[in-house]
Amino acid sequence: MKNDYISPEERAELQMKGLLQSVAHAYNNSPFYRNIFDKAGINPNDFKTVEDYAKIPFTTKQDLRDCYPYGMAAVPLDKILRIHASSGTTGKPIVAGYTRRDLDDWAGSVARVCEMAGVTEKTIVQISFGYGLFTGGFGLHYGLEKLGATVVPFSSGNTERQLSLMKDFKTEALVSTPSFALYMAETAVELGYSPADFGLKIGLFGGEPTSDAMREDIEKQWGLKATVNYGLTEVVGPGIAGECQCGGGMHILEDTYYPEIIDPKTGEVLAEGAIGELVLTPLCKEGFPVLRYRTGDITRLKAEPCACGRTTRLIDYITGRSDDMIIIKGVNIFPSQIEEVLAGFKEVSPHYRLVLLKQKGFMKDLEIQVELTPEGFSDRYKELEALENRIRRYLRSTLSLAPKIKLLEPKSLERSTGKTKRVVIREIE
Amino acid sequence: MIKQISVFLENKSGRLVRIAQVLGEAGINIRGLSIADTSDFGILRMIVDQPDQAIAELKEKGIMATVTEVIAIEVPDTPGGLAKVLAYMNDAGINIEYLYSFIEKPTTNAIIMMRVEKINEALEVLKKQNVPIVGDDRIYSF
Repeated sequence: MKNDYISPEERAELQMKGLLQSVAHAYNNSPFYRNIFDKAGINPNDFKTVEDYAKIPFTTKQDLRDCYPYGMAAVPLDKILRIHASSGTTGKPIVAGYTRRDLDDWAGSVARVCEMAGVTEKTIVQISFGYGLFTGGFGLHYGLEKLGATVVPFSSGNTERQLSLMKDFKTEALVSTPSFALYMAETAVELGYSPADFGLKIGLFGGEPTSDAMREDIEKQWGLKATVNYGLTEVVGPGIAGECQCGGGMHILEDTYYPEIIDPKTGEVLAEGAIGELVLTPLCKEGFPVLRYRTGDITRLKAEPCACGRTTRLIDYITGRSDDMIIIKGVNIFPSQIEEVLAGFKEVSPHYRLVLLKQKGFMKDLEIQVELTPEGFSDRYKELEALENRIRRYLRSTLSLAPKIKLLEPKSLERSTGKTKRVVIREIE
Repeated sequence: MIKQISVFLENKSGRLVRIAQVLGEAGINIRGLSIADTSDFGILRMIVDQPDQAIAELKEKGIMATVTEVIAIEVPDTPGGLAKVLAYMNDAGINIEYLYSFIEKPTTNAIIMMRVEKINEALEVLKKQNVPIVGDDRIYSF
């Protein structure tokens, strides 16, 4: 689409204009940012250049949490048409509100990302992201509709039915988390299908970090081209960056989301090509604007042009958020991946606890404690053991590590409205 | 057929006591029970005098419980008494998932609670072989 191919000069102009507008809007209409600017002694109405912009303090996840629920709003709430929220695994959820214009802009960004992945108005796309507070389902839905694709809004769960509809509808593209795509392939094989016969051509994956091995595995099993897209609720949702057909990274829509790479320790802005933390400023956000948001994601902005001819720069695939990563036996694990898997099982509740089993100073193993639901309870040992095995198998395809599963009585894990301690460390002999 | 109550138990201290207390306070008498465990959890299976009330009471206290139908039979309290009945089931191709004996006032027979996969077929076999089947009235009101 047009903005994917503009010259760097044209883009710089758009960015400068967008930055000035966003900063002025935040200063004039968001009490949160007014306070930040006043404290720092700067008046953004005096801003002239990008250097001035670098004076603005970063916004962190904690800032957004502290603003729960509506502290980030810069328009009256009656102008907000929709609210999304992050899952809040480690504390209060982060809330995002969208005006009509925000929703339209967002759908436009997602449409660009889907087009890069190879989706056209002729493509039949199944969305297997959950529809709800999570930005993934609705974000992709409206973006794909804007692009003109045929959308099958399946949402998450019920893997067998997903598969049978995918086959019957001759679905060509799948929107899901990479781990769900792997799980579906496994289930398809169990049901006696060959995943490669489904005719899926494109995978649009997001919602969790991926690895090269995982993408290759998905491509091999389904016979599709796996593309990864990137986004976060705090900034807008999916549609910030996405992979084209060439691979090698994700094009960041930098005319719409202004990127910087900083040293996560010092906050210093790094040169093009350097690896650091991605900081984003959406240049078009009306409802809940955010400036210089520290994503916690480690990547770099690549200088090399992409063979597809788009002029937007590539960022590296995100292998994980730095703050909640756990490393066990050399495998990087994110609680969000585990949560996503558990959400697919009606036999267990979404409440869980990760127990890291530590031996002689090393992380030896992972135990996942999860509560049974009345639906999951059976009088038969073999059924409960089979449930444990099913969860373990699904997690193994997601994490490349088979954790121990421990079933608990309902409501036995602590519930708290504040910071829930989901990860505990236990020393073993 | 007899209603058996099954309860999921985490392997941690005080769980069994709690269930016994909940039922005791509600005036429900535990007539028989069996418990087995894996390293992580156990399933407590009970025969009580008021199964419906017991389920309601446990649920109200947030304890997950479910009802399973089992067969109660009477076998002679002599060597080979049980073996004979088990052979009938084996010959009929009926798989017994588990069984346990039941507490009864002194008689010459023992009462066995039995959970099988094909409950109706099992009842047919037992009737044909004249194995005394114990009805729920008798079990609940011993």
